[in-house]
Amino acid sequence: MTFFETLSFYFTFPFVRYALIVGVLVALCSSLFGVTLVLKRFSFIGDGLSHVAFGATALASVLKLSDRFEMPAVLALTILCAVLLLRTGQGAKIGGDAAVAMISVGALAMGYLILNVWGTSANLSGDVCSTLFGSTSILTLSKNEVWLSVILSVIVVAVFVLFYNKIFAVTFDEGFARATGIPAGAYNLLVAVFTAVIIVLAMNLVGSLLISALIIFPALSAMRVFRSFRAVTVCAAVLSVLCAAAGILVSIIGGTPVGSTIVAVDIAAFLVFTLAGRLLRFKGGTVK
Amino acid sequence: MTQLKCTGLTLGYEGRAILENLNFEVEAGDYLCIVGENGAGKSTLMRTILGLQPAMSGSVEFGGGVTRREIGYLPQQTPVQRDFPASVREVVLSGCLPRQGLRPFYAKEDRDRAAEAMERLGITALARRCYRELSGGQQQRVLLARALCATRKLLLLDEPTAGLDPHVTAEMYRLIDGLNHDEITVIMISHDLEAALTWAKTILHVGGRVWFGPAERYRTEGIGFAAERGGAAL
Repeated sequence: MTFFETLSFYFTFPFVRYALIVGVLVALCSSLFGVTLVLKRFSFIGDGLSHVAFGATALASVLKLSDRFEMPAVLALTILCAVLLLRTGQGAKIGGDAAVAMISVGALAMGYLILNVWGTSANLSGDVCSTLFGSTSILTLSKNEVWLSVILSVIVVAVFVLFYNKIFAVTFDEGFARATGIPAGAYNLLVAVFTAVIIVLAMNLVGSLLISALIIFPALSAMRVFRSFRAVTVCAAVLSVLCAAAGILVSIIGGTPVGSTIVAVDIAAFLVFTLAGRLLRFKGGTVK
Repeated sequence: MTQLKCTGLTLGYEGRAILENLNFEVEAGDYLCIVGENGAGKSTLMRTILGLQPAMSGSVEFGGGVTRREIGYLPQQTPVQRDFPASVREVVLSGCLPRQGLRPFYAKEDRDRAAEAMERLGITALARRCYRELSGGQQQRVLLARALCATRKLLLLDEPTAGLDPHVTAEMYRLIDGLNHDEITVIMISHDLEAALTWAKTILHVGGRVWFGPAERYRTEGIGFAAERGGAAL
């Protein structure tokens, strides 16, 4: 079989189509908010929340929530933690970074503990591995999960587009935004909540340990080459979608783990963009 | 016409007052310089006027047709901005947001306003350039253009010439003076007492002894000079 025949053979299976749809959507959403998170120096919040999502998933599986309720429950808990993290980040007794580290490692430990003590699964380490690295869950999505992912992605993209200018203003200069009456706190909250949504969406794709890569790599790559906020945002989105699609296809054909393959493609793209940025600057060319 | 009125203002952090019972008014068209040693509370005062931190007691009131959404503010630069990918146009346009309310996108009116502000400050040619690659003086002009998009009435400037060389500093002061002649009220924090006395109409001296009045009288009464000369600020 040629390469394309192999591909079209695989596409006859619904789970392959589901994986590609959800993968592309998740990549798109995570890259959009990734630009803001990286620029606001909030990348660590993404990392912390992904561990919270692992803990929440462990809890949900022990409580034997049905498929229909598992994702919304995990989502609610992660959003709650996002709000808490943002609050503690702003002038509480425990410093922002320490609070994130505490919550994130705490959630990770509790999640594993809960699974060990109350878990009934015959293959505990397999379950843990797939939640952390997303090894197979993207290929076992139910139709409901696909629909939920689609709806959430549409909401994420719509909110980002509608508030694009305000998100730019609050990211570039929070002091100015606040002083001129823009509710910067509300926009920070919006960014944190949507980061939580994206992370829960992305858990199925790359697993909770690798989500940060999906959020930060496209943004960092785009920033190597482009120098306006709009160009960086558009480039990050396009790049993220292409990397995710390529990663999923390679992993299906090559039998490699989905999450790490996507991240590997993202890393390769980052190296290419870094090199391209160097060359452009060396030539003194201006990139818009 | 009074645009800003501070009454019995006490400022400080965590219950410790650094400025007490401050009373002053700013009239439309005024050019007020806030001077004083480092740590005297100049920035705290400006942050309180802007509503970025609460006053311990007293009140800040805007009047004469000025509301919080119609203030232009030139903050000191933040570390985030040093590696931020943004074009000059994007930064200047963001000054139009306060007037925008819930409207999601910029209107033609906003774009015209931004173009006008860039023209006024002589940065039209830089519109497509990246903000972080500009010189310090150019960056200050961009932020001033953004402030002009936000206001036609009242500008608050936090050390607009910090880190600029003498030539660019003089140019910056001339620009600000030009804006003041166009009937925009200016409230500026400055370390540079000579410049403050050259350009400002009114002086507010904080720290040690509080003094508020016309710039000429500040010069003749010589208040602050002894203290300032002794301090490292000058």
